[in-house]
Amino acid sequence: MAPGTTASGDTIRVVVGLGSCGIAAGAQDVKEAFERLLGERQLPVTLGVTGCIGACHREPIVEVYEPAGRHVTYAAVTPERAAKIVEEHLAGGHPIEEWTFQGEPLKAEVDAYFGKQTRVALRNCGVIDPESIDDYLGREGYKALGQVLADNSPEKVIETLIASGLRGRGGGGFPTGTKWKFTRAAPGPKKYIICNADEGDPGAFMDRSVLEGDPHAVLEGMAIGAFAVGADEAYIYCRAEYPLAIKRLRIAISQAEERNLLGPGIAGTSFSFKVKIKEGAGAFVCGEETALIFSIEGRRGMPRKRPPFPAQEGLWGKPTNINNVETFANVPWILRNGGGAFAAMGTEKSKGSKVFALAGKIKRGGLVEVPMGITLREILEEVGGGSDTGKPLKAVQMGGPSGGCIPARLFDTRVDYDEVTRTGAIMGSGGMVVMDSSSCMVDIARFFLDFTQKESCGKCTFCRVGTLRMLEILERITQGKGKMEDLALLEELAVKIKETSLCGLGQTAPNPVLTTLKYFRDEYEAHVVHGRCPAKVCKPLLTFSIDPAACTGCTLCARVCPVKCISGEKKQTHVIDQTRCTKCSSCLEVCKDNAVVVK
Amino acid sequence: MATQQEQKLDLGPLDQILATCAKGLEATIPLLQGIQTTYGYLPMEALVRASAGTGIPESHLFGVATFYKQFRLRPVGKNMIKVCLGTACHVQGGQRVHAVTRESLEIGEREDTTSDALFTVEPVACLGCCSLAPVVMVNETTHGRLDAPAVRRLMKKLQKSEKKDA
Repeated sequence: MAPGTTASGDTIRVVVGLGSCGIAAGAQDVKEAFERLLGERQLPVTLGVTGCIGACHREPIVEVYEPAGRHVTYAAVTPERAAKIVEEHLAGGHPIEEWTFQGEPLKAEVDAYFGKQTRVALRNCGVIDPESIDDYLGREGYKALGQVLADNSPEKVIETLIASGLRGRGGGGFPTGTKWKFTRAAPGPKKYIICNADEGDPGAFMDRSVLEGDPHAVLEGMAIGAFAVGADEAYIYCRAEYPLAIKRLRIAISQAEERNLLGPGIAGTSFSFKVKIKEGAGAFVCGEETALIFSIEGRRGMPRKRPPFPAQEGLWGKPTNINNVETFANVPWILRNGGGAFAAMGTEKSKGSKVFALAGKIKRGGLVEVPMGITLREILEEVGGGSDTGKPLKAVQMGGPSGGCIPARLFDTRVDYDEVTRTGAIMGSGGMVVMDSSSCMVDIARFFLDFTQKESCGKCTFCRVGTLRMLEILERITQGKGKMEDLALLEELAVKIKETSLCGLGQTAPNPVLTTLKYFRDEYEAHVVHGRCPAKVCKPLLTFSIDPAACTGCTLCARVCPVKCISGEKKQTHVIDQTRCTKCSSCLEVCKDNAVVVK
Repeated sequence: MATQQEQKLDLGPLDQILATCAKGLEATIPLLQGIQTTYGYLPMEALVRASAGTGIPESHLFGVATFYKQFRLRPVGKNMIKVCLGTACHVQGGQRVHAVTRESLEIGEREDTTSDALFTVEPVACLGCCSLAPVVMVNETTHGRLDAPAVRRLMKKLQKSEKKDA
């Protein structure tokens, strides 16, 4: 049986996407509705599940595979729609075209969304049942591992990885093959592999989707890595906030062990490999490799000086190779298709494809995998469909708290480690948060500083104290109490924090401030000089009033105001007492006549 | 380390955790996670007993417990409400959702739990459902694409079902 196609030749197969975002959108209810309806009608239909296909904006998504080969994808399915799908399509044989990706009006949008994508790391996500090893095997799963073990040449594996040009997808961008070579060259009989699944950047969910949608690909990549560097034991360090990913990994590990694809003497060879899961406990700094290692050892996750690098002295002092989830997921594909096939995609120094999580003010949010070298404009406007608010896009934030905001005028920047770095942002792990004119860039800078300030482990003085000082300045500016000297002080602190911090967290923490100061200085000046927030986000700088011409005196605002500062008789114009208004925006949210004016 | 405000705690479940958990420093985080799963937080009394049972110093357990965000040293309410304040939720109005959640449940300024101990509201960095922002997670269920009125309705519904239970 070919997974993701049909069940058993003559029955229809219905597959519900059960990734975290699908479930959040109601996919579990949809699956239960299908179960109940199919049971009631006794239809010869099998029901399966899969991971996330990436089109989060259209969840819950349901695929229908017919024996004759026809395949349709239903978007935004509800239990009510499920009933109609069962009735008209599964029983009646007529797909409800207007709800499907393949029919109008969605077709053009879906073609734009998937047309520019190249799926390597996500090749099985949304296609296979992640809890079925047979589905994975049916898509050439564990074939690369089998080949690697048959060839029995770790050097050849490393050569292939180097030839592929694969660079660390967690954000660092260090060449993976070279990293493996260092760990292999390190002396000692005991070595470790660690898979970093502590996806800490707010606004990023690439690794979660890969783990939920295709856990075996990660395990296979890790096993190949272990063989190449000479390790026999591994840890997957996964965020505890990802319970579904952890559950599916556990299932995948036990299935692979049953089939002798993990564990002692894999596939009849002398190569043994054991994988354990460690749940993180919530510390952003543990994305840093030395902190992550301390965390696995049961300590506080505080980074240490490098060298020695983990490749020489890592977990319990042994040589350790750390890669992230997406990096490992690429490995089996590279081994099967050759380093050249991967290197054929992308730019001179950034090869292959990269997964991005699109979120924020964008029409088609979700997970996309595109070849390196594509421009930001192509991703945001063609794949993502542009702004979802009708207001023009202003910037995209890349690289999370370590990254920066790239303004719309630089949207022709290509997705390439070095080109993105030149803008002041970083490629990062793949989070892209899109902003339009309703996002205040000073507020965004404050938001990230607030995050890194709380996440600083406290070891380095400038990171611990300097980020707090920067945060205080930014808070002052967003409250309209900033001074022009503050901007220079921010820049000075930023440079010092970068120069004197031990780890990546401190070295990159000022980036969101530096890039917004560089590209959106006018917004800082509007706050400081004119006491105005152009995006109307910074509450202390706003005034709420009621337009007498529009107010119908419906009393809704007066009733919802938490400080009771709105007065007025029924059917009479209402008035806000400015001295008591807390600018909470409750009145604005409830007014049906657009009578609340914000300035 | 135990303080007087601790109520008499049933340490039976803890002894079970101690009997099965691995030994050595490596066990620290899984051990604390186990205690928190059982009690909802890390009671001082349990930490003292865990230290005696494993040989891991109290100072180490406390140091690790206060380093990681997951661990709590105070009891939680019956229902856990996690409000996402990740980047995507922030640009889509997550702060407002957080404020309205606290306001609807009448949680005091320096508190995170309602006075009747039914609800705890906790801001989190990212729940990974960025395309559905802003997002709130009530116990195990995620609610997406919220705005202030939707949050008010959701909280009212939760309070109502709690009243029914009582």
